[in-house]
Amino acid sequence: MTQPRILEVRTRILKKNDELAREMRREFESLGLLVVNIVSSPGTGKTAFLKETLSRLLACGIPAAAVVGDLETDNDARRLAASGAPVRQIMTHGLCHLEAEMVRAHLADWNLADFHYLFIENVGNLVCPTSWDLGESVRLALLSVTEGEDKPLKYPGLFNTADIAAITKIDLAEACEFDRETARAYIDAVRPGMQVLETSVKTGAGIEKWLAYLATRRAMLNP
Amino acid sequence: MHELSIAMNVVELARGHSRLHGDGRISAVTLRIGRLSCVHEDSLRYSFELVTEGTPLAGARLRIIEVPIRIWCPTCEAERELPGIQRLACPECGHLSGEIRAGRELDLESIELAPETTP
Repeated sequence: MTQPRILEVRTRILKKNDELAREMRREFESLGLLVVNIVSSPGTGKTAFLKETLSRLLACGIPAAAVVGDLETDNDARRLAASGAPVRQIMTHGLCHLEAEMVRAHLADWNLADFHYLFIENVGNLVCPTSWDLGESVRLALLSVTEGEDKPLKYPGLFNTADIAAITKIDLAEACEFDRETARAYIDAVRPGMQVLETSVKTGAGIEKWLAYLATRRAMLNP
Repeated sequence: MHELSIAMNVVELARGHSRLHGDGRISAVTLRIGRLSCVHEDSLRYSFELVTEGTPLAGARLRIIEVPIRIWCPTCEAERELPGIQRLACPECGHLSGEIRAGRELDLESIELAPETTP
């Protein structure tokens, strides 16, 4: 061989992650476990939103658990554990996103059949988690009123891969001069037709609708 | 900096393929990156340089083919290429469409195996 040779390989770069995630999703769904990957920027209120979700589910006797990705601390896991749900911390040590293998490793000794819902709180970041499938059935994107309406236009990739979006801290909308219609239009521009909830952990707004959405999605699993 | 993870995956995949063909030096790598895939080209190039050091890919050229977003417009009944990434609307009729036909690619397209340097 004296000339360079081109090998056409045409492979997904994240093939390994994608294949593992697919396998995990199959397993989760066969157990009747709805897995939700929660993505947003830092400070949107992922942990507060998740804690409220877990508390409400547990109060209704619905078993749910969570794994939470964070760069260095386990503060979020401790906050979530106050809900009474089993919580695991994944410390990424600087890595800006979670990968399927990290999630799998942290679920190893849980009996997943015990839960109806598993929430994965991703690292607070609107770019990096986009490409990593974690085996979830639902990807929830959060946007808080304090961030401004145009976040979806700045990070279209992330909103585009979401199944549902929730605007958080809606109780602060007026104080922040947050324009709901503009925010909805921007989300619709990057993810046409996606359902958008307006929520507040403080007032409880929109939480019932979110829980109803979860129940509907879980009913669709057909274990 | 998820580009570092992406670069590591590229190296692993490329080496896997080259092992089936003599495990020699890889002189170039071509990727197809969709505009919706959230990859920053400069970060990816920098990461690629870092992670290829000391591997058969050291010094390999990195060619990146950027793939624009294409949506299906149900009104025009046609596939349309979009000029940007912030509005998934048909450039002809303005209809918003979530039916994405291209733009999410994150693919290793090809690798170039360097000629063997036999004495």
